[in-house]
Amino acid sequence: MARIAGVDIPDKKRGEIALTYIFGIGRSASQAILTKAGVDLNKKVSEWTEAEAGEIRSIIAAEYKTEGVLRSEVQLNIKRLMDIGCYRGLRHRKGLPVRGQRTKNNTRTRKGKRKTVANKKKATK
Amino acid sequence: MARSLKKGPYIDFRLERKVQVMEESNKKSVVKTWSRRSMISPDFVGHTFAVHNGNKFIPVYVTENMVGHKLGEFAPTRNFRGHVAKKDKGKR
Repeated sequence: MARIAGVDIPDKKRGEIALTYIFGIGRSASQAILTKAGVDLNKKVSEWTEAEAGEIRSIIAAEYKTEGVLRSEVQLNIKRLMDIGCYRGLRHRKGLPVRGQRTKNNTRTRKGKRKTVANKKKATK
Repeated sequence: MARSLKKGPYIDFRLERKVQVMEESNKKSVVKTWSRRSMISPDFVGHTFAVHNGNKFIPVYVTENMVGHKLGEFAPTRNFRGHVAKKDKGKR
């Protein structure tokens, strides 16, 4: 089990994929990190040497915002929008889509489970 | 799509001039404006704008955090009061 950037322990996968299990690192960042560390993209995490793993850790720690730090930054950005009372902030407060999507139907990710209104088949919020 | 950086932020010329005049004379008064599309520039901080929402003017006090947003973002154009229960329909 490899342990990188705090809590994440991806294993048995190719390094390129395994690193994306860390919040804040996607495919492109993962590729950039591995190239910089001089580790082959296709090498499994279990095959990494201690030195390679250490190199990857230090690169992530130095150059990337990940996990808790990143999550709190995102939350702060949302809080700022809500505090200044702009349109996007209002949408966040109401739990409705922020980027102008339709709300007549769908958008269940933002609105959560359907809440059925009595005497009406269609669910509305 | 975001506006090209080359052009710089868009601010209605008349609005900008009014703010400059206020800034120079150190006066503070509410500026009525229809220019919802204007970006809030750092000069606007501390002033109050009455932004038109299509119906009336919404007072917007500009704080530092608002810089970079558009004036219109702070004056909602729609007013959703909630759905009416079936029985009450037609009463309002």
